[in-house]
Amino acid sequence: MSSSRHRERRFGKRARPQARARASRAFLGLLAGQGVAQADAGGGTPSLFLPVAEPAQSILDYGTLLVLICAVIFVVVMGLLALTVVRFRASAVDDGEEPPQIYGSDQLELAWTVVPVLIVIVLGLITAGRIVALQKDTPPAGSLAVRVVGHQWWWELEYPDHGFVTANELHLPLGQVAFLELESEDVIHSFWLPQLSGKLDVIPNRTNTMWIEPQKTGMFVGQCAEYCGTQHANMLLRVFVHAPEDFERWVRDQQQEARRVAAHAEGRALFATTACVNCHTVRGLSEIGSFGPDLTHLMSRTTLAAGAAVNDEARLVDWLTDPDHIKPGARMPAMKLSDAQIARLAGYLSSLE
Amino acid sequence: MSASTETRVPEAAKRTTAGWSQSLHDWVTTVDHKRLGILYIAAGFFFLVIGGVEAILMRAQLAVPANTLLEPQEFNRLFTMHGTTMVFLVGMPIITGFGNYLIPLMIGARDMAFPRLNAWGFWMFLLGGIVLYMSYFASMGLYGAGTAPDVGWFAYAPLAGKAFSRGNATDYWILGILISGFGSVSGAINMVTTTLTMRCPGMKMNRLPLFVWMMLVVSFLILLALPVLTGAQVMLLFDRFMGAHFFDTQAGGDAVLWQHFFWFFGHPEVYILMIPGFAYASEIIPVFSRKVIFGYSFMVAATIAIGLVAVGVWAHHMFTVGLGKGLSVWFAVMTMIVGIPTGIKLFNWIATLYGGKILLRTPMLFCIGFIGQFLVAGLSGILLSGAPLNWQLSDSYFVVAHFHYVLIGGLVFTIFGACYYWFPKMTGRMLSERLGRWHFWLFFVGFHLTFTTMHVQGVLGMPRRIYTYPAERGWEVWNAISSSGAILQALGVAVFLFALVQAFRRPQWAGPDPWNAWTLEWSTSSPPPAYNFLTIPEVRSRRPLWDLKHPDDPDWEHE
Repeated sequence: MSSSRHRERRFGKRARPQARARASRAFLGLLAGQGVAQADAGGGTPSLFLPVAEPAQSILDYGTLLVLICAVIFVVVMGLLALTVVRFRASAVDDGEEPPQIYGSDQLELAWTVVPVLIVIVLGLITAGRIVALQKDTPPAGSLAVRVVGHQWWWELEYPDHGFVTANELHLPLGQVAFLELESEDVIHSFWLPQLSGKLDVIPNRTNTMWIEPQKTGMFVGQCAEYCGTQHANMLLRVFVHAPEDFERWVRDQQQEARRVAAHAEGRALFATTACVNCHTVRGLSEIGSFGPDLTHLMSRTTLAAGAAVNDEARLVDWLTDPDHIKPGARMPAMKLSDAQIARLAGYLSSLE
Repeated sequence: MSASTETRVPEAAKRTTAGWSQSLHDWVTTVDHKRLGILYIAAGFFFLVIGGVEAILMRAQLAVPANTLLEPQEFNRLFTMHGTTMVFLVGMPIITGFGNYLIPLMIGARDMAFPRLNAWGFWMFLLGGIVLYMSYFASMGLYGAGTAPDVGWFAYAPLAGKAFSRGNATDYWILGILISGFGSVSGAINMVTTTLTMRCPGMKMNRLPLFVWMMLVVSFLILLALPVLTGAQVMLLFDRFMGAHFFDTQAGGDAVLWQHFFWFFGHPEVYILMIPGFAYASEIIPVFSRKVIFGYSFMVAATIAIGLVAVGVWAHHMFTVGLGKGLSVWFAVMTMIVGIPTGIKLFNWIATLYGGKILLRTPMLFCIGFIGQFLVAGLSGILLSGAPLNWQLSDSYFVVAHFHYVLIGGLVFTIFGACYYWFPKMTGRMLSERLGRWHFWLFFVGFHLTFTTMHVQGVLGMPRRIYTYPAERGWEVWNAISSSGAILQALGVAVFLFALVQAFRRPQWAGPDPWNAWTLEWSTSSPPPAYNFLTIPEVRSRRPLWDLKHPDDPDWEHE
């Protein structure tokens, strides 16, 4: 969403040609897993027909079987209906005669009761088997623990074994099972990465668990799937699947305390002395804030405001000036700082690599 | 079967010389089941137009990515009001209206068992609708937060709690639905009592028209399901105003409890709305196939079976809350079982068509559209009942497609069919066949453009209830098609409304039995006199008018 979207893009005037071009590209499937430069670019279509992990692959296999069975039923019944309507349509000339009255047939009723019963038994057994196989109640040995906390309207992502917290962008190593604990800080959300796993609700006072075993590197998108208030639509998720050695490097970077750049000392002081620290943690500076996302390595993330905007210094200025401009209704308040202060603060934040 | 060769102006239609205020007084104070039925249906269509405008605004917002036509909260209010309106203020009154109008006529009675309760029910329903829409004007509340509710039509906890839904908008939602629920429950009591106690001589239970049987099952479901919703809503009011914590998670309440209560109402509600659609189709399809319904007793048994299974499947709306393996298996299999009795119905309708003389008049067009669309709705329901696949599809546009296939492809299509079929009985006038065809084809094409495509958005990962979406998700084209279909549907409804007006401006008189049909309502004049029948009829079979018309081969020799 551009910073100037409010007036020019009313009624979607400017959005249309771009939309068309983008749509055609999306159609060609060129975008799957490519490009991370823009918030609204890359990730491609989160189609559940393009699985890149377990259990998404198993769910697709199961779903395909269901679809095939239903397709056969559809063709048979729709065929019967169509043939019947065509074959027995009244002729234009009415002879005034009523057709033979047939009151029913116990044999036919039995047939179209028993056959569906058999189909339901088969489908039920397959489904029960899949339900049991795909739910894991305890973490498998050697799995990576991740704690996901849903907030209005962003995702807190904690790696408890590695001792750091990030937001909105989940990083996972290829080939290792990640075991996710899902909790909510406020209302019900739902964690959904269509290409990696089915969705699971994120419910206050409960801990739900899900697992993901990535099988392909790249960036994939998802988002909150349970309506959770004003900005439900901009509670986006990204997952980056890395080769194991790249993941290790990312973890080591995240474990560092925040960078101190001498040139941004003023911005840093401003951050530490305004209300910023009440909500945000920057490790090495202030660790009391937990209401908003951890900003220790803010610039390692590609998006701002849970995917509502690209993460760069210009958007940071925009965001600090008026969060509603990027994400109307967001919980982040406008801090009413001067332009000079905002420039210093944005400069400091964009040094947090 | 010639549609209308009547030239005589029916007696009842002549009685329009009374003054405007007298006529208004008559309608407001009426306890006549026919007038109340028409009031219910008319109010339902009034709200249908409002709910339709809300839908069109949403489709305009979603037609292109990153659109800024609507603010997020405006959009969230629209889908809340759209869902609430369509279920409680459109579906419920229209099914109650047809039930009210037709049950006494079909069983040879002169009115419902409790005419005053009947009137009370209608006015309570209307009051509920007005209270809900008052929120747009009156719910600013203490905090200045609000106008219409924006918590979604199922108002999940804790989002609908005081902490996250400030102001009074959600209270208007609670009270509006709660009050209109009194109307539904009193209507159901009335329909059960009427059907059980006021049948004419010879009208045994196994001779009831299928319409009446199905409305009986619906009425029992209403009595079972709606009080649960009312109870849960009162608990929510306690949470919001009296310091209770049933659903207040910040004080140890349970968010999932609300979902169990809501869907224990909500799933039977789906059948409460759908079985009347079956009821209309089960009357219309035989008449326009010129054949008796195939497998009457199996149709009745299948309806009762659907009613029974309907109360044991609610948590299939909750596969993603983390039900655990046991409950997931139970609700998946129970849901699949629903497919068996609904399959029986589909096959019986097709068997009724088979060997008949199928007359593709407007009511029949809508019913044949219904059969095909309901088949798709049933099959997408089977897909959704597979819990592992549901973990992907739940809360996506696939679900939006599915339930609109049920409620529009199933219910609204049959409602339109029923309107064309029974409008001549209610008014004495035919609806234009030519306009009816325009209405059908516009609505049919629009429906499929809008909702068939939504299956695709769903499998491409688009969640429901989002006011905007980024470009490059591959959803743009499908959303543009969906939005364009909404225009055609609106045009279809406009043609229908025009046909209604035209029926009054240039009347084509219907006569008592324009469709050459077989149930008792066609044995009296159109519109029927206030007392329905001069003498209470006596029946010997399920098709008393067939017996009259074919004394050589009456039905009672075959039943």
